Amino acid sequence: MSKFSTTSRATLAGTLFTASLPFLIADRFVIDVLTLILFSAFLGQSWNILGGYAGQFSFGGVVFFGTGAYVSAILLNTFGIDPWIGIFAAIAAGVVTAAFIGFVSFRYGLRGSYFALITLAFAEVFRVIANSVEFTGGGVGIFIAHEPSLARLQFDDPAGFYYIAFVMALISILIAMWLERSRFGARLIAIRENEDAAEALGVNAFKCKMYAIMITGGMGGAAGTFYVQKYLYLDPPIAYGVAFSVEMLLVTIVGGLGTVFGPLIGSFVLHGVNEVARHFISEPGLSMIVYGVILVAIIGFLPNGLIGLFKKRRKKQGGDGDA
Amino acid sequence: MLEVKGLSKSFGGLAAVSDVSLSVSQGKIVALIGPNGAGKTTTFAMVAGFIKPDAGSVTFEGKAITGMKPHKICDAGIVRTFQVTQPFASLTTLENIMVGAYHQTANRAEAEEIARAVAEQVGMTPMLEQAAEGLTVAGRKRLELARTLATGPRLLLLDEVMAGLNPTEIDDIVRVIKGIRDSGVTILLIEHVMKAVMNLSDYAYVLNDGILIAEGAPAEIATNANVIEAYLGHGAAERMSVEVAADA
Repeated sequence: MSKFSTTSRATLAGTLFTASLPFLIADRFVIDVLTLILFSAFLGQSWNILGGYAGQFSFGGVVFFGTGAYVSAILLNTFGIDPWIGIFAAIAAGVVTAAFIGFVSFRYGLRGSYFALITLAFAEVFRVIANSVEFTGGGVGIFIAHEPSLARLQFDDPAGFYYIAFVMALISILIAMWLERSRFGARLIAIRENEDAAEALGVNAFKCKMYAIMITGGMGGAAGTFYVQKYLYLDPPIAYGVAFSVEMLLVTIVGGLGTVFGPLIGSFVLHGVNEVARHFISEPGLSMIVYGVILVAIIGFLPNGLIGLFKKRRKKQGGDGDA
Repeated sequence: MLEVKGLSKSFGGLAAVSDVSLSVSQGKIVALIGPNGAGKTTTFAMVAGFIKPDAGSVTFEGKAITGMKPHKICDAGIVRTFQVTQPFASLTTLENIMVGAYHQTANRAEAEEIARAVAEQVGMTPMLEQAAEGLTVAGRKRLELARTLATGPRLLLLDEVMAGLNPTEIDDIVRVIKGIRDSGVTILLIEHVMKAVMNLSDYAYVLNDGILIAEGAPAEIATNANVIEAYLGHGAAERMSVEVAADA
């Protein structure tokens, strides 16, 4: 019990520290990078729930993000509905999209690489559709007007977006913490480890996977709203391209699959390395090589992600886990 | 308690199980035996919902459960173990058992309590914090047993929980299984270890090539000519009876 309270104390301290960063750092650029790190951690965590905990690897995780982004962008541009309402519509759209894709995939028992491929295929289909219909702005995309105000969820001070991203990342971490301590989470992990055995023990794998993908979808939708409000532009390659799909699984795998802090650590390290490499290496393209080498090293030497470093040490210290 | 009638299953052109009927009454330990490939595990898989039968019916406590999904059958009160153990490898023994215990409660503390009690019952208490992938064969077999038991079943289907164990370990697990029966759980088991079958079961069914060839008390089965033929080959029963006569 005492160990749990040290963990929660450390978490609380980390939360307060992260919350106070905009007061400590004046540089707009640094705050912007930190915002991106938190946003990316949120996206990673959304993917982590389905991919890391439930073990259902999707290569098209972007599809919920893109759908959410389009829904709230269209609501704002065409109907003048504030993103504060738009974000809930985006969450709903993410959940519905997830329910549809989940139903089609899980009903027919698609697992492993087949599931990965069908999610990739869905993202592509959505991209082609978004490219060819009118209400998404087609290939031209959608521009959001820059009107900074709290109601519009746009800010002149970068700290504004920082706090939104901070709250989102915090919520995503709380969801993961809840998973680790709940029956639902235990069932997702059991499905990841061995679906047949889980079924034999009374776990309705289909239902659990549906809930998992719907949580992932809802979070992805929320991320979509954040993205369009911050970057003010959306087109099909952003909304449904592979870039974000790779981003969310990369930060999670580098940080630690199926862990509470994996996506955050992965996001921090990957974006940190990327920015530092870009800052110090002026030769074009070379920074990407450095980034690539570090990525290969992490994946090659730390199969459990960066968080594996801490876990191993803890196991060596005391034999009896959470006693 | 469990009534199986005319269960059949073919894979391609091969009849794995044909027209198997058996019944298990409450509070008993019933064995299903037979040579390799006789269709025992297929029969189990059909009862537990992992394979849909081509024909036949499964009734449990008066309710038809034929072709239901495994988790529904678990809800009904039947749980199976796997011949090839299927631990949740990266989880600890306690966490493994808790997945089963969560079938009885959504509360984490209660699930842990149930899991610890079950671990005590099957003698796994010292291994609770160990990762399941690090367990020995005997440990994994026990874990299969513990996980299923934690769901609070009324009928346990045990698929070769003694295979690969040494005699001491077998004695241990026989004691555990008897204890489970005494606690009110009915047991249907597949077993190759004949000593254990003789020791444990109240009644036995013998399968060969997917067909039920004998049933009865274990002692009767052991002297049944059909059974001896199935295990030892054509003509074996006759030779044995000659040898017995010669010895006498």
